[in-house]
Amino acid sequence: MAHYEAILLQLYEILRPHGQEGQTLSEETELVADLNLDSLKVMELLLELEERFDISIPLNIVSDVRTIGDFTRQIEQLMEHR
Amino acid sequence: MALLKKFRQLADARKSLAMVSEDPFRVTIERLLSPTEAIVNGRPVILAGTNNYLGLTFDPQCIEAAVNAVREQGTGTTGSRMANGNFIGHLALERELAEFYGRRWCDVFSTGYLANLGVIAALAGPGDVILIDADCHASIYDGCRMSGAEVIRFRHNDTADLHKRLTRLGKRCPNTLIIAEGLYSMLGDRAALVEIAALKREHGAYLLLDEAHSLGVLGERGRGRSEEAGVEDSVDFIVGTFSKSLGATGGFCVSDHPVMELVRYASRPYIFTASLCPSVVASTRAALLRLRTEPELRLKLWTNAHRLYDSLKDLGFGLGPEPSPIIAVRFGQAEDTIAFWNGLFRQDVYVNMILPPATPDGGSLLRCSVSAAHTPDQIDRICQSFASVKAAFSL
Repeated sequence: MAHYEAILLQLYEILRPHGQEGQTLSEETELVADLNLDSLKVMELLLELEERFDISIPLNIVSDVRTIGDFTRQIEQLMEHR
Repeated sequence: MALLKKFRQLADARKSLAMVSEDPFRVTIERLLSPTEAIVNGRPVILAGTNNYLGLTFDPQCIEAAVNAVREQGTGTTGSRMANGNFIGHLALERELAEFYGRRWCDVFSTGYLANLGVIAALAGPGDVILIDADCHASIYDGCRMSGAEVIRFRHNDTADLHKRLTRLGKRCPNTLIIAEGLYSMLGDRAALVEIAALKREHGAYLLLDEAHSLGVLGERGRGRSEEAGVEDSVDFIVGTFSKSLGATGGFCVSDHPVMELVRYASRPYIFTASLCPSVVASTRAALLRLRTEPELRLKLWTNAHRLYDSLKDLGFGLGPEPSPIIAVRFGQAEDTIAFWNGLFRQDVYVNMILPPATPDGGSLLRCSVSAAHTPDQIDRICQSFASVKAAFSL
């Protein structure tokens, strides 16, 4: 769980610039609906996360990721299986 | 109503484009005068966005072959080769392509798009990995999705990034297919193929190269980027199209792997669509012969490419990283790009307008494609139009 929390904190840090001023991020924050990330921004985000966590993120998982919490769980799994 | 709601955003975008511009996506070519000129809106326009690299669409030998095929074999095959059988021309075209590439096997598909779909989805499946260059064409992305394999992008032409990702895959490398393009369609840059081929060998993966824009354009015999880079032995599968240098429509894959003969039985985009019609097969075979026997077409193409690239560079435009028959003029804002496209169109020059998200880096492009059939005068007129629109816009 500590691992999950650590990844979550890093995701908040990376995603904060995409939020509106004063917007509070949570595990339920939606990447598209709440942060307005379009497909290009999502692809840039993937590259940044891959560098940060030293993993390759398959494109296949992108359609399953709706919230910051979803993303955190996927990254945690990828780090466990590397 | 809810089903169709998703089109609202698209409709709004199209409406706002129509308010400021001719619709670049609905240009109607009323009559073709040559491979490089057409009547559009009642005016003669220079075509500088056709991918007609060798200018063979009006080649008398290709036309004659197509006309004879229509007279002798009819207008279409009316079904799949699996169900309706092979026409003798399909087999001859596959044999000639295999011989041209010095490969044992060739499968022909009904379009280049279907060739990527059919080959990628047959070669890779669940449990396998596909590593694709981030700038690959949509047909490659769609083939990857259709395969059910794990799909991972590497940064465009970044072989250090590819190496890192192959290292991460470790024991999964023998189940990994790397995919790149010989010449990238948006910026006209070549694949870093020597390095990619070395990484493929080092890690024991497979390599598929899409030579759609490089067939007839690169290499001493026109076989593409793999020939030019001297690494044909390391490229397991070459995919290509008939719709550019060969002036028709259709696609193919050549390989020395005997599985190519089985791919047809495992490929839904091969099985469940009508095969190439006889006229297309015939004109493609004639065009391939021209490509093989007339290297001067390639020389003309490159002379024109350098002439346009160098002139646009001298005019101060931001271009793709290297001269090639695909010359991308880079713009920051979509609005500037649309306005510039209109300026060129009003000066009777037609180029391709490419807006995000179809562009590699989120910018916008006006893409010129040069043909061996362009005259030096036409190339100069294209440059003059770019210069005068630039001056009018004070860019």
